[in-house]
Amino acid sequence: MASFELNINGQQKTVDVDPTTPLLWVLRDHLDLVGTKFGCGIAQCGACTVHLNGTAVRSCSLPVSAVTGQAVTTIEGLSEKGDHPVQKAWLEADVPQCGYCQAGQIMSAAALLDNNANPSDQDIDAAMSGNLCRCGTYVRIKKAIKTAAQL
Amino acid sequence: MTVIKTKVGRRSFLKTSAAAGGGMLIGFSWLTSCSSLEDGADELAVPKEWFEINGYIKIGDTGMVTIYSPNPEIGQNVMTSMPMIVAEELDVPWKHVVVEQGALDEDAFKNPQFAGGSLSIMYGWEPLRMAGAAGKYMLLEAAAKEWGVASSDLVASQGVIKEVNGSRSIGYGEIASKAVGIEVPEKLELKEPKDYTLIGTSQKNVEGSKVVTGKPLFGIDFKREGMMLAMIEHPPAFGMKVKDFNVAEIKAMSGVKDAFIIDTTIPDPAWADVNAFNHLIAIVGDTTWQLMQAKKALKVNWENESQLENSDMHQQRMIRDLATGTVGGSRKDGNAKAAFAKAEKVIERTYTSPFMAHNTMEPMNFFADVKDNSAELIGPTQMPKMMEDAAAKLLGIPVENISVDMTRIGGGFGRRLYGHFGLEAAAISKKMGAPIKMIYTREDDMTQGTYRPAYRSTYKAGLDKNNNLVAFSVRGVGLPEGPVFPNRFPAGAVDNYLAESIGSKTNVSTGAWRAPRSHFTAGAEQSFLDEVAELAGKDPIDFRLELFDKAISSPVGEKYEYDAERYAGVLKLVKEKANWGTETAGVHRGVAAYFCHNSYVAQVMDVVIENNQPKVKKVWCAVDCGIVINKEGATNIIQGGVVDGIGHSMYSELKFENGASIHKNFNTYKLIRHNQAPEDIEVFFVENEISPTGLGEPGLPPATGALASALYKATGKRLYNQPFSSQPEISLG
Repeated sequence: MASFELNINGQQKTVDVDPTTPLLWVLRDHLDLVGTKFGCGIAQCGACTVHLNGTAVRSCSLPVSAVTGQAVTTIEGLSEKGDHPVQKAWLEADVPQCGYCQAGQIMSAAALLDNNANPSDQDIDAAMSGNLCRCGTYVRIKKAIKTAAQL
Repeated sequence: MTVIKTKVGRRSFLKTSAAAGGGMLIGFSWLTSCSSLEDGADELAVPKEWFEINGYIKIGDTGMVTIYSPNPEIGQNVMTSMPMIVAEELDVPWKHVVVEQGALDEDAFKNPQFAGGSLSIMYGWEPLRMAGAAGKYMLLEAAAKEWGVASSDLVASQGVIKEVNGSRSIGYGEIASKAVGIEVPEKLELKEPKDYTLIGTSQKNVEGSKVVTGKPLFGIDFKREGMMLAMIEHPPAFGMKVKDFNVAEIKAMSGVKDAFIIDTTIPDPAWADVNAFNHLIAIVGDTTWQLMQAKKALKVNWENESQLENSDMHQQRMIRDLATGTVGGSRKDGNAKAAFAKAEKVIERTYTSPFMAHNTMEPMNFFADVKDNSAELIGPTQMPKMMEDAAAKLLGIPVENISVDMTRIGGGFGRRLYGHFGLEAAAISKKMGAPIKMIYTREDDMTQGTYRPAYRSTYKAGLDKNNNLVAFSVRGVGLPEGPVFPNRFPAGAVDNYLAESIGSKTNVSTGAWRAPRSHFTAGAEQSFLDEVAELAGKDPIDFRLELFDKAISSPVGEKYEYDAERYAGVLKLVKEKANWGTETAGVHRGVAAYFCHNSYVAQVMDVVIENNQPKVKKVWCAVDCGIVINKEGATNIIQGGVVDGIGHSMYSELKFENGASIHKNFNTYKLIRHNQAPEDIEVFFVENEISPTGLGEPGLPPATGALASALYKATGKRLYNQPFSSQPEISLG
């Protein structure tokens, strides 16, 4: 066990955990931030995607010891009122089916648009193919990303 | 933020769901208000008092209406569409409606509360409309009494009651208190479809804003004060059982509270109690990561109980039983054997498909709090009533003392019809004497079984000299269930017809997987018909339409399962919408149509070659499911079915060695990804006034057939074995 100072959604948090604990489980078990989802545990499905200094990362495979002092943003911190352009576009396109993967999809999409304001279909495929959606909402996700790019 | 208290048990006939907020304070902004976020000006004030009208409806003093959605929400969007049906008959503006997940109470809802067989809307159609109409009746009666007039002098619309020949009006919220308890006659008049103002429109997913902001909606997110976490370890192979393990070492690990073996065997198991592994190791502790470490540190003595199977064995068994197995379901019209002997051309093809996993994105999990003579279970289940019954058997507690509450479900696909994970949570909670939430890892989930069966079917067709289909046979086998539907198309359309379904044996546990049997049979049959049409020198749509004409004008044999006019209808619609018959350079088209779960879907699929690999560019779907409740939600679920169908036939399989799947996570088990999905999927619904039927499953089965036929056009090679991407005919990265 060791103590870690974390910057989560702009707030300082201290957790006392095993240094190997992935950020995902620190968020879910210790900080009650359960919007970030567990899907595979091996960075293959993207359900656990968060931002680390603005870059999309898989929190299931990122030990807490590697993120101290760096800015972590989760779905809960993406916007104050749920009105980030990507969130608004997601509602506009009525994307979710079961909804479980969507927080991860949204975090990947938001990071993509931060770096590329007007992504092509190929850019979207490249940025989003690490995020599985078992319900098959891919067509709507692509549409929503294009909408968000215009907002 | 305004807060309201959800009333708990104010009326005995409606249990309140703990999972959906019973007893908890809920911020209004995060109630599932059906008004959009931007629509704030139209939102009603939060009621001070709520009045329960019936099991589905409560109305607040400001006119806000809560509608309880009875069935599990697995992504099929019933939490939006079912309350829409109630709101239509209640005649209340949708933006005044707040939706909550109902508790398990089939008496109050007068509707079976499950998510399976694409039946929620079909079964709910009458009770949901009656609930709305009854509410409207009660409000009208209350207003009539208040004003001393006959209710026939009043009209109710959009949440307001008005005098027909007078000036008085009153909102639902103002009269609701007086409507409580008014007797409802046995029969009520329902609206005519032409008068619908809400049904048939497009309404957003009522939980959309919660989903996109990461609210704790799912079972895996559920938390209660004092709750511990638990994980399980099941045997590594089918045919194995746990004997003992290094219990002392595990219990000594950091964060581990206890470790033990549970037994979830119950007497007289029902179909939803299927489970290969009733004896499991359970580890209970503080945090998920510590439990994952404990699982890794397990040293277990497993015992062999039965043969450890592998994929070669499975194929050999199916080949043997396809030839010599005992026929279960069958149909015989005319004499197929004699007709094949006389036919001008005969074609025979065999199709196969492997075992597959459901792979819901939310792994299996459940919360349980078992006490001496009561138990509370909360989590993702498609079949809460059967879980309740099974828990009663396992725990020896009367069923009336057990509650099962439904959370939003991170994917179902049939996997969560089977309630073993709820029983496992209950067994662990009982042993601990404390509330626990049990979670599977992805590997636990993918290797647990309850798989989609593996299948093998041989189709044979005979054409006469005029290229008419004069003989048709199908003989199919599955591990363990046969895939053939003897009375489906082309039964009734061919003079000499033979269909035979054969079951085989395996110790791999299997279960319903989105559109059970139909997903395989549609792909095989529709691919085969494409090849037969080619042999006959006919357009594949015209060839099918000829058969439907025959099934309508001179049906063969006993009644067949489908409505040939509706079946032909979706083919004609998709033909028109996709401009079938026009050729575009570099675009390769396939078509398929299938009837299952009481609905009809036809698809045209365009495949292009990009970077030397085939890719589905665009899909057109024509759907006849009767009345469409929520057009946008219906479109979404059909699109999802298409992507699911393409993905699984193209990429997914479970291979077995030594009794276990060699695929244990998404690094080796392939699911379709963004870059492999079609760019566009257009969905068209046949407009009619037929009572609505299911949409969760029927969008998937035709996709395999349309894909196989389009890939044939693109590559010149027919595909008979799934997954297509691993066949030598096509090369895919």
